[in-house]
Amino acid sequence: MSDLIHKSASELADLIASKSVSSQEVTSAFFDRSVELNPKTNSYLYLNRDTAIAAAKAADAALANGEKLSPLHGVPIAVKDNLTTTDAPTTSGSKILEGWVPQYDATVVARLRKAGLPILGKTNMDEFAMGSSTEYSAYGPSKNPWDLTRIPGGSGGGSSSAVSGHLAPIAIGSDTGGSIRFPAAVTGSVGAKPTYGAVSRYGLIALASSLDQIGPVSNTVLDSALLQDVISGHDKHDSTSLPQSLGSMADAVRSADVKGLRVGVVKQLDSDAFQPGVKACFDDTIAKLVAAGAEVVTVDCPSFEYAIAAYYLILPAEASSNLAKFDSVRFGLRVTPDGNPTIERVMAATREAGFGPEVKRRIILGTYALSSGYYDAYYGSAQKVRTLIQQDLAKAFSQVDVLLTPTAPTTAFKIGEKVNNPLAMYLNDIATIPANLAGIPGMSVPNGLAFEDGLPSGVQILAPAMQDAQMYRVGSIIEQMYLAEWGAPLIAQAPKLEVL
Amino acid sequence: MAKEALMPYEQAIEQFEVVIGLEVHVELNTKSKMFCGCANIFGNEPNTNVCPICIGLPGSLPAVNKKAVESSIAIGLALGCQIAPTGRFSRKNYFYPDLAKNFQTSQYDEPIAFEGKINIELEDGVVFEVLIERAHMEEDAGKLTHIGGATGRIQGAEYSLVDYNRAGVPLVEIVTKPVYGAGARAPELAAAYVHAIREIVKSMNVSDARMERGNVRCDANVSLRPHGQAKLGTRTETKNVNSLRSVENAVRYEIQRQAHILANGGTITQETRHWHEDRGYTSAGRPKSDADDYRYFPEPDLVPVQPSLAWIEEIRATLPENPGLRRKRLMEAWGFAELEFRDVVNSDLLDQVEATVAAGAAPQAARKWWTGELARLANSQEVAVQDLSITPAQVAKIQQLIDSGELTDRMARDVVAGVLAGEGDPEAVIEKRGLKVVSDDGALIAAIDEALAKQPDVLEKIREGKVQAAGAVIGAVMQAMRGQVDAARVRELILERAK
Repeated sequence: MSDLIHKSASELADLIASKSVSSQEVTSAFFDRSVELNPKTNSYLYLNRDTAIAAAKAADAALANGEKLSPLHGVPIAVKDNLTTTDAPTTSGSKILEGWVPQYDATVVARLRKAGLPILGKTNMDEFAMGSSTEYSAYGPSKNPWDLTRIPGGSGGGSSSAVSGHLAPIAIGSDTGGSIRFPAAVTGSVGAKPTYGAVSRYGLIALASSLDQIGPVSNTVLDSALLQDVISGHDKHDSTSLPQSLGSMADAVRSADVKGLRVGVVKQLDSDAFQPGVKACFDDTIAKLVAAGAEVVTVDCPSFEYAIAAYYLILPAEASSNLAKFDSVRFGLRVTPDGNPTIERVMAATREAGFGPEVKRRIILGTYALSSGYYDAYYGSAQKVRTLIQQDLAKAFSQVDVLLTPTAPTTAFKIGEKVNNPLAMYLNDIATIPANLAGIPGMSVPNGLAFEDGLPSGVQILAPAMQDAQMYRVGSIIEQMYLAEWGAPLIAQAPKLEVL
Repeated sequence: MAKEALMPYEQAIEQFEVVIGLEVHVELNTKSKMFCGCANIFGNEPNTNVCPICIGLPGSLPAVNKKAVESSIAIGLALGCQIAPTGRFSRKNYFYPDLAKNFQTSQYDEPIAFEGKINIELEDGVVFEVLIERAHMEEDAGKLTHIGGATGRIQGAEYSLVDYNRAGVPLVEIVTKPVYGAGARAPELAAAYVHAIREIVKSMNVSDARMERGNVRCDANVSLRPHGQAKLGTRTETKNVNSLRSVENAVRYEIQRQAHILANGGTITQETRHWHEDRGYTSAGRPKSDADDYRYFPEPDLVPVQPSLAWIEEIRATLPENPGLRRKRLMEAWGFAELEFRDVVNSDLLDQVEATVAAGAAPQAARKWWTGELARLANSQEVAVQDLSITPAQVAKIQQLIDSGELTDRMARDVVAGVLAGEGDPEAVIEKRGLKVVSDDGALIAAIDEALAKQPDVLEKIREGKVQAAGAVIGAVMQAMRGQVDAARVRELILERAK
């Protein structure tokens, strides 16, 4: 059943639930394809047939007993390598954690296991999720299935590459400034960053604690919705996780209706800074919504101008502290220098050898930004910008249900094109960062191929905090409009990896 | 490093005004640690009470222990502090191997309790008011043991061992405002203050309060300035002075050391100092400046602690009486002599005596039982008198039976022995052991006559005025009656016979 790998997760779940196919067959199909194609895409850092098949067999056995553990029961999944797993090494894309097998499962991983989803493997990422291309992974970049010479986005490029290349039907990502949404946009897939606190961060190797959020990666809006339903909900191990339920995202997708929808276009993110082909796709999405009866207005978010500057103070500040624990004392790499190896020298040598250039850059930035005498000017000011962005968004959401922006300023760029230009790399996240600073949900849905390069473009949907269902509703509306035009998801237009 | 030159104490006090400031760390005795579910137990096998959170494994997150917050609020209230309606934790960033995350999660600019005061009474009754600046919550670090090297310190050690059992144990740090005006009594006041804090947290049962285990640790700040100078002098912070005696001695030493330096035109280095109890001096630690850069910022993994007013009042309602005020109240109520009262306090028997009095015994009688017979029995059984299996109510009952003449002192001691032997309540023991005062004077008079007949000279002596001669006969009578008579009554009857 080779066509299994092109089915959506919800279709696979239905086939498994009706016993038309076993979880083991589905898991094997994806696993075999992954083993065959991973040398081309470098989507996975780690694949383990034994644990994946054992979990699939357990899912089949449960189903034989009449136990359906979740709406995605039996559907295999890929997990970003910054979530702890007791049965697989967890490196966060860094040499400093090479070979480290955690003693505990992340809450999200535990929930996946409990919901009957076999884990295929751990996906590649920029080191500690710092980057937009996976080029900062210590284990080499992942490739974009649309064009293997291009980046699959980052930091979650392993997950987007796996899903868009059908090496996994769905995957888990994490999004600190766009690490789920940017990769989704440039690979023609779907990715959502839930409201901050909707999904437990326990077991997510922290980049910037106040910005990080775990979310789904998929080829359809319904699949992301189903996956978010599986992984979300309060966790006593994460004090910042929301106490209340946000309802069923899958229900929102299934009952989506454009009637009465009010859409805002952010003035500050509707400019010539975007690649013309990306801008054209965005204008097309807006035109389609207007034609379908949605009301579209322009909203003003003046503070968005400072979002990247604020983000690149808050993130490094928090990261510099979060990454302090990588000191060789209790786990991970230990480098002992020649001569007199005092604890200070061992720590320094380990961090020098174990961290890559982007990680070091941000640790230095963050350490500086938190330093006595600079705190108010940098970290303090950045926190004020955060408040201003929240105020801008509150005002915008008083007029509209959702905001739409292009997800990314460009389509997938060539590997190597921006890796030596950090500022250019940082600008990839210009449209996605405000959602993290404000804690609101955002998702990227494919909206066509840019005319100049034929590569995928994505539209970003932003909703007010805790209104993730609204975001999924609009995501589904847009997806349906394009399905009507294309007859199949955009991903069906991607070249076959086998022949690339 | 050895002792530095010192100025004689009286001279130092004459020349300089002493300003002290005290930071006391109290380890809470919660069942679990501050941010994880690991057991908070002293003395277990190293690194057995640890988990991904307290050893700072990647991905782990803290969650605040509600009981620790409750204990911290209780301490704040007991020190007369205001309780903050909202308070964030911060991260104090520095690299050290006993600190699993290389930052300490601690309250910084938003302490849970602030602006309190406490009256400290010195031995002779002089009272000083000490203002409390703040009491804040934080986590303890792991315990380092340095192996090899001469000093037992990290410098020069061959290697070091880390025990993370203590990492994440909840601490409350209580910081005073500068204390002025104690003059020569500053060392004494410092010790009395630490003693008072220890007594308060112990009375509330929020800490085991054992200084020898580090449950209560004191850092003592000392600075001097010429009398009349407005500007504070440069301070030193003597770390971890961990007994009351050390607190007093360390403060005294620093006063004399600093006075000598200042009087000779020197300047004080702002630094931490280590107290060497064995030889009675402090030595320089690391330089400390107000600009130590810990890169504090609000802990993003925790939401602010926001105790409701109702909860705060609930905690306030459960606070025990302030130990100092309680002592004052009981001393007045009981009318003991000062030595008698101090004996009760030093034997840690206030609770027992108070409960015995509450159950109906006279204060003096209650005191005598607990500090006398019961203390003696406990001592011979090698248990703490508080741990004897007799209740204050039982003691009061026995005393009541003595007062009503139903038991003699000797019989009462038998009853106590019975209760301790697990024979039941005093009534049951009396029944079982057949202990009853014989109130029929007939049998008693017969016994007296028999005894007098054996010692015919006694009546003569009594008649000659040697009343104490009756003692020999009383003993014989008591023996004959197997102790079940009131010795006073026997004496009375003998004296009657002699008339």
